[in-house]
Amino acid sequence: MSLFDFNDPQVVLTWLLSLIIFLPAAGALLLCLVPGKDGWCRGFSLAVTAVVFLLTVWLALPGGQGGLPGRFNLSGDQMQNMVCYAWIPSFNIFYFLGVDGISLPLVLLTSFLSVLAMWASWPITKHVRAYCVLFLLLETGMLGVFLSLDFFLFYVFWEVMLLPMYFLIGIWGGPRREYAAIKFFLFTLVGSVMILVAMLMLYFASDLNRLTLDQLIACRVIPPLGAGSTALVTPLASSHTFNLLALAQLGQSGGSPFQQILFWSHSLSWWAFVLLFIGFVIKLPAVPVHTWLPDAHVEAPTPISMILAGVLLKMGGYGVLRICYPICPDAGYELAWFVAGLGTLSMIYGALAAMAQSDFKRLVAYSSVSHMGYVLLGIGAWSAVAGSQYDPHYWQMAMNGAMFQMIAHGLSSAGMFFLVGVVYERVHHRNLDQFGGLFARMPVYGGLSMGIFFAALGLPGLCGFIGEVFVVLGVWSYSKVLAVVAASVVILTAGYILWTIQRVYLGAEYKGPHAEALKPMSRREVAIAAPLLAFAILFGVYPQALWNYITPTVNKTVTVMANWTANVKDHSPAVQEPIQP
Amino acid sequence: MNFSDLLHSAMHDLLAPGASLSAFRPELTLCATILVILLAKMALPRWTTSAFWLTLLGIAAALWFAYPWSWASDAIPPAHSIFTGVLVSDSFSVFLRLLLLLFAILFTTFTQVSGVASQDDMTEFYVLMLGALVGMCLMISANHILMVAMGVELASVPCYVLAGTQRQQPRSSEASLKYAVFGAGAAGIMLYGLSLLVGVLGTAHLPTMSTRLAMLIQSGGGLDRGLVLVLGGLMLMVGVGFKLSAFPFHFWAPDVFEGATAEVAAFLSIASKAAALGLLVRLALGFSFHPDPAMLAVLAPVRHYIVVLVGMLAVVTCTFGNLAAYGQNNMKRLLAYSTIAHAGYMMMPVAAAVALVGVDMGEARAAVASLCVYLAIYLFMNLAAFAIVAFLRNELGSEDLREYAGMVRRSPGLTVCMAVVMFSLLGLPPLSGFVAKWFIFLSLISAKLWIVLAIGALNTLLSLFYYLRVVKVMTLSAEPLHRPAPTIPLVSMAGSYCMVLTVPVVLLFFFAGGLLNWARAAASTLLY
Repeated sequence: MSLFDFNDPQVVLTWLLSLIIFLPAAGALLLCLVPGKDGWCRGFSLAVTAVVFLLTVWLALPGGQGGLPGRFNLSGDQMQNMVCYAWIPSFNIFYFLGVDGISLPLVLLTSFLSVLAMWASWPITKHVRAYCVLFLLLETGMLGVFLSLDFFLFYVFWEVMLLPMYFLIGIWGGPRREYAAIKFFLFTLVGSVMILVAMLMLYFASDLNRLTLDQLIACRVIPPLGAGSTALVTPLASSHTFNLLALAQLGQSGGSPFQQILFWSHSLSWWAFVLLFIGFVIKLPAVPVHTWLPDAHVEAPTPISMILAGVLLKMGGYGVLRICYPICPDAGYELAWFVAGLGTLSMIYGALAAMAQSDFKRLVAYSSVSHMGYVLLGIGAWSAVAGSQYDPHYWQMAMNGAMFQMIAHGLSSAGMFFLVGVVYERVHHRNLDQFGGLFARMPVYGGLSMGIFFAALGLPGLCGFIGEVFVVLGVWSYSKVLAVVAASVVILTAGYILWTIQRVYLGAEYKGPHAEALKPMSRREVAIAAPLLAFAILFGVYPQALWNYITPTVNKTVTVMANWTANVKDHSPAVQEPIQP
Repeated sequence: MNFSDLLHSAMHDLLAPGASLSAFRPELTLCATILVILLAKMALPRWTTSAFWLTLLGIAAALWFAYPWSWASDAIPPAHSIFTGVLVSDSFSVFLRLLLLLFAILFTTFTQVSGVASQDDMTEFYVLMLGALVGMCLMISANHILMVAMGVELASVPCYVLAGTQRQQPRSSEASLKYAVFGAGAAGIMLYGLSLLVGVLGTAHLPTMSTRLAMLIQSGGGLDRGLVLVLGGLMLMVGVGFKLSAFPFHFWAPDVFEGATAEVAAFLSIASKAAALGLLVRLALGFSFHPDPAMLAVLAPVRHYIVVLVGMLAVVTCTFGNLAAYGQNNMKRLLAYSTIAHAGYMMMPVAAAVALVGVDMGEARAAVASLCVYLAIYLFMNLAAFAIVAFLRNELGSEDLREYAGMVRRSPGLTVCMAVVMFSLLGLPPLSGFVAKWFIFLSLISAKLWIVLAIGALNTLLSLFYYLRVVKVMTLSAEPLHRPAPTIPLVSMAGSYCMVLTVPVVLLFFFAGGLLNWARAAASTLLY
């Protein structure tokens, strides 16, 4: 199979997905080699991110089976657009990419926020070329994480993000940037090592011989017959695998090899889940491993804060959703109360901590902790065990809500960080007690801010509401106490957001320093904030635009796990058909 | 058998195609190069750089002879012993020799670019280096205790002198003396241990020793002999551990590295380690393996002893190196402790290989292959690190890390190279240091050495701080006011040399599969 035979849809798809991931890296390399003025570097990087965004939009365009390659089949609940090539065959490591309803929205969110964040980087004047190079490398890492379906590849991209982020915070950050950067690095690396250990455990416990031929083909361990493959079945070097889909199949099969007892009467699956969960939850972040986040956010430059909050936190949720639960469902089942409890705790703690802040950016950072708690709660609430029905509907609702919340938070938190940055650039302080009266001085800014802050608050009609309400509805059947607590966190959220709005935007006049610098937003700034608000409104009034992509895959995932609970845990019949929320 | 038959068979053993001499051509070429260099110095005194060019030429010729041209077309030839069994020629020695010669080429270029070998002592420098190289080639293909002792001595003695090449500097002389005294002591203990082993087992031929060992164990042996063997093994490990700079025989490394030039430190840190690890593999597998399955089963206690000994030394060495590197401000000392830590990592797969002998030979070979991958990658990253230190020393006159502050402003290219190398030594993807560690950890898992694995993984975290500190000082710290940071553009001899070494550090990650195939081939003829 030639890599330049563009009549072959598989080849076109390979190029499409690889370009999405590696175009930023190629751009970074070009920037390294070709000297240019600062303005040129910025413009070039913005162009690269824009091209990547257009490519991901192509990936999201609805199209049926047999349509143009790369189009997304909305009715499909399986992994789509997969490409798979051998990388290190001796250890069954593959260059394996694909998208489904869980990863596609996050890919789009990433490429979209990258464009906006790059555009928001205009005020950066220090070492612009190095900044652009690192930014583009970061984008490669982020997109790679969401697109890769091989655990090894996933891990590599996961780590690739680490270094650019370290330098972006450490060089372009605020006064305590070195401390914040090393803290970020250390927390993430600890999580990474845990993920690495779990990955090795799963790899060595996996046994492809347990899967049927159909399953192997569905997971692309074996290429589909007749799809451009000349060799029927290439012999594999070993029966172990890093294929995430195959690992999930193995984890969900009865008598799974992951259920052997490892230490202290817990199964391998349980330990792998715990290690992976800690690794991902550091990134999410949840209490008590969230402490890197406020520091990193406060010190990072505005565009990097947007990326951190908008994309990097989602990777934690994505990892839990894509890896922890499908591969180790029994541990998820055992630890459901813990995961859900941790989510609720984060919500409350984050909201209370946000309320206590006097630094504008720190407040927004803690609000992220609080909002990501919903994601954890929605994923973790094993509603299917409620009663003895093994009814997946409520869990589907909660998990769809969690997924929606990830996108909504990506939009609203990136917007909030940008808005904080706008005012910080003008007055060079973020002290909430010294603001006031901004509405009068900067009316457009005030309007956009109101919209985005209310979206974060979860006001009906804006995107934050949908995610939160579905999570709470879904959790109700799992635990009424948790649902009530989760619902009442909205009061705390409303408290700190309304109080912030009052302190910053309302009031008679601005009394803080640098009052003369409070000029209205530039066109560039409006053009960055406005799309975020537009999407926040769009997803608030027409959530179906997002549900269309998310629900088939999430419902399938949940149904499979609910059936697994029924079959493996209690041998009871299960409900099959998914519903649309 | 009369005398003429004997002579005939000896001639045949020596000269037949594929026999002793043809397998030994690289080493002979190196020896011939030494002679030619010395003669050229006398015959052509006006050609001041003769030693450099002749060394380069000689190593290139040796590389040509050492390259396994037939591997591509034929199957890999099985291991065969040469010179009536004192050396063994197999794919493992071919691979390591190739690696050593490749390093020698890069190293010779390095000394010329950095100008460490000034014209007066250039001849001595290269002759000593080539002599040590021959000794290292003997170490990695030793099949006989005599060769072990000779190879170690031949590799060590020139290094003692190399450490003291900067005669005018007291620190350099101190380093040389320290190295020589400790080295002689360690070699003496090793020789004593070897004589104990040979005395009890009645032979010095490694494969025969394992047969005798198995027979001894089978016959019940006796406690006294067992004790002597254990003692001999420990003393042997002292000598090998000294070459490896394994804890607690590491103490020379930081002092010698600090006193010697960065170039010589690179030689000690890479070539010397590679040879010592090759020797460790030869000895560890030699004593723990026997082709006869019944004998193999009998050797289980020996394997257990070696696994515990090597595994324990590995984890202690690794942890110690990483912890001791924290407080270092001298770059050469820091890299010395980093070398110690990496020696620990590289001893882990040896323990894994021995643990897998008799359980799964294929996996045991894979463990040795993981060591080969690590060595190949380690060559590039460590040489690049020392090269950058040496070039900066030429500019700054200092090897203090604090003097590197703010380097990124003046020498961005060099700083990027240093950052890549440091993160690769730390083991972060997408750099080759990650795959090196990865393969080693995989081999530890197949050997079920969980404790070693856990400590190895923990060490990756421990090493974060000091590698990151180097990068942090170079990029994040402000430039000192009293002097401008040095300027080494990438488009210069020094800069492009660093590039040449750094690019493989990145590329070997993406082409790890190809490197692994080579390493698998290298290990494929072991344990038969």
